[in-house]
Amino acid sequence: MNGILPYPLLSLALLLLWLLLNQSVSPGHLVLGSVLAVLASWAMAALRPEKPRIRRPGAALRLLGMVLADILRSNLAVGRIIVRSREPGVNAGFMTIPLDLRNRHGLAVLAIIITSTPGTIWVNYDAARGTLLLHVLDLVDETVWIRTIKGRYERLLMEIFE
Amino acid sequence: MSAAGDLPAWAALSTAFLVLVGAAVTLIGSLGLLRLGTFYARVHAPTLGTTLGMACILAGSALFFSALQARPVVHEILIAVFVTLTTPVTLMLLVRAALYRDRTEGSREVPAAESVSDLPPPG
Repeated sequence: MNGILPYPLLSLALLLLWLLLNQSVSPGHLVLGSVLAVLASWAMAALRPEKPRIRRPGAALRLLGMVLADILRSNLAVGRIIVRSREPGVNAGFMTIPLDLRNRHGLAVLAIIITSTPGTIWVNYDAARGTLLLHVLDLVDETVWIRTIKGRYERLLMEIFE
Repeated sequence: MSAAGDLPAWAALSTAFLVLVGAAVTLIGSLGLLRLGTFYARVHAPTLGTTLGMACILAGSALFFSALQARPVVHEILIAVFVTLTTPVTLMLLVRAALYRDRTEGSREVPAAESVSDLPPPG
């Protein structure tokens, strides 16, 4: 954990952020961005967060593609409900899903995926029981949602983080 | 410095298409705020604007400036990253606040608290 680069991925991401913000890959910006990235990762190290381990970068890419496709699909689905349905939101409801994922980073990513996908919102995670409370706009069949979240996202997230 | 009039027709048309689609998707999301009945259902609607709506408008912006300056302009991707990371925080905060209020009021519409930490304080 010690050394010059306690969080190499974070530093790399910050350097990329700096270069994108300045829209330049000139040597000056490369040096300035690298210095800032290293300094920021030292500040991060002082907070001592639990270090995430990404075991399967390939699985992460697959998850990204899957999530983008799902976001597109659920945009269309929610849009159709809003425009076409005579009584929109009549099927909305809460549901509970038991999760096997325990890794904090995995849960954080799952929360972002579920909430940023239109039609589903992460409401509450019960850490003691490992259950997740969701609100779904089109709750016709609970098993479909359980299959989507457990089979598609959770399995990949467990491969990546655990 | 070049003006928007210098843009080739294909770039101008695709930009217009992307921006219009993005705006339409965002409008549908806002319409959802109006049409949906309960608070929990309403929270779903604005996510249309923060996902597909945002993506289309940002893609239009990237295309426009790339064509205008004849070099790739992709820093819009940062907007997408930051919006995607911050929207869920706000939405979850709103939903949990609403859930807490409804549980405190003893509403039957929401699921009961499952663990002690979710219970509103007595009194």
